[in-house]
Amino acid sequence: MPMIEIKNVGKWYGEFQVLTDCTTQVEKGEVIVVCGPSGSGKSTLIKCVNGLEPFQQGKILVKGISVGAPATNLPKLRSQVGMVFQHFELFPHMSITENLTIGQIKVLGRNKDEATDKGLRLLDRVGLRAHAHKFPGELSGGQQQRVAIARALAMDPICMLFDEPTSALDPEMINEVLDVMVELVREGMTMMCVTHEMGFARKVANRVIFMDQGRIVEDAAKEDFFGTPRSERAQQFLSKILQH
Amino acid sequence: MLNLDFAFLTPEVLSSYVLKGFLFSLQLTVLAMLGGVALGTLLALMRLSSKPWLIMPAAAYVNTMRSIPLVMVILWFFLLIPLATGRPLGAETSAMITFTLFEAAYYSEIMRAGIQSIPKGQVAAGYALGMTYGQTMREVVLPQAFRNMLPVLLTQTIILFQDTSLVYAIGAYDLLKGFEIAGKNFNRPVETYLVAAVVYFVICFSLSMLVKQLQRRIAIIR
Repeated sequence: MPMIEIKNVGKWYGEFQVLTDCTTQVEKGEVIVVCGPSGSGKSTLIKCVNGLEPFQQGKILVKGISVGAPATNLPKLRSQVGMVFQHFELFPHMSITENLTIGQIKVLGRNKDEATDKGLRLLDRVGLRAHAHKFPGELSGGQQQRVAIARALAMDPICMLFDEPTSALDPEMINEVLDVMVELVREGMTMMCVTHEMGFARKVANRVIFMDQGRIVEDAAKEDFFGTPRSERAQQFLSKILQH
Repeated sequence: MLNLDFAFLTPEVLSSYVLKGFLFSLQLTVLAMLGGVALGTLLALMRLSSKPWLIMPAAAYVNTMRSIPLVMVILWFFLLIPLATGRPLGAETSAMITFTLFEAAYYSEIMRAGIQSIPKGQVAAGYALGMTYGQTMREVVLPQAFRNMLPVLLTQTIILFQDTSLVYAIGAYDLLKGFEIAGKNFNRPVETYLVAAVVYFVICFSLSMLVKQLQRRIAIIR
């Protein structure tokens, strides 16, 4: 059974169709990079995977559980799927430690000591142990994003979704976040990642999905995608972002 | 020339006439604030939901309350409740319920703005961790909304304190009433009303200075 199955998904904002007939899947341990021009629906698609965005057509299954089905316990499903956002979305009124423990305590029912212990271990892993007592506003963007990854990992997710995790960061902070993500890949985490970091895709992705105007135009193994992408649109896109 | 004489307003007179009224005004303000913020937050959440059957009654309630003069609400509630329940409620209790219900409409608009000031991504982050709607509101959105709106909520409470003087309409014993009775008994109404005005001014002005201080200290979280 694939970890994530996306079958013929269609989504509309009123009359406007944002996703058209999207189909793909992510196997356990696979790393999928989703790229495409802005407005191509890649962020929308990844938000559909954990039900943050509703969709009107098709099916998405996470470990066999249908995301869109009314009977599905969405909070429970989401607690197993880690998500990292473009703008970090740490909770600004909580300390870093509280950010790392709130989900564990309120959702997973862990006790405070256990949650703090786990949170601090993960903080150590992303190299920010010394900042545990601080508030998100006191950290740099790259540091905040690393905390956000640790926050998602604290829930022991079965897979991780990344929605443009580095596109709101200053250039010199991008690598510290990508390093953490590469480390995760090495540990075998299943990942679906919307990003324009083609270096990252080249290094760790198994497959690359290219989207344009709400459609999956290209869904190819990394070697094929960077070698000879079939669609003209993907070729144009690649030549533009790899130019410099 | 005005021939004013404040000599009769001794500490004994103040404590026997005014203190009781002051404590009631204070109690009314605090209770109506706590109850009003709680009910107002609920109304705000209803209006911000996606369900028409929650939005419509909350909107109707808020718009109605905000379109009627407070003094009429105070009067009508005081007169209508005995008719409906068959027994009088007492001016003080009636005032507390009325003020809570009335102020909730104003606090709900403040809380609505506060909740809307929190970026949607915060809600998404709460959901993504597996929190329910209730948990996301309680743990993530409302604490930030309260913090952002604290100066406005307190300013509304200062207005509420001034408005408590309207309970004169149903004869409740508040701060103003205390002065009024003292003035009648000593036949010095002008002096007592003057002092009453000064007392209201000092309380409200110093409170708004405090709110300004607070405002400077709390940076709005975005």
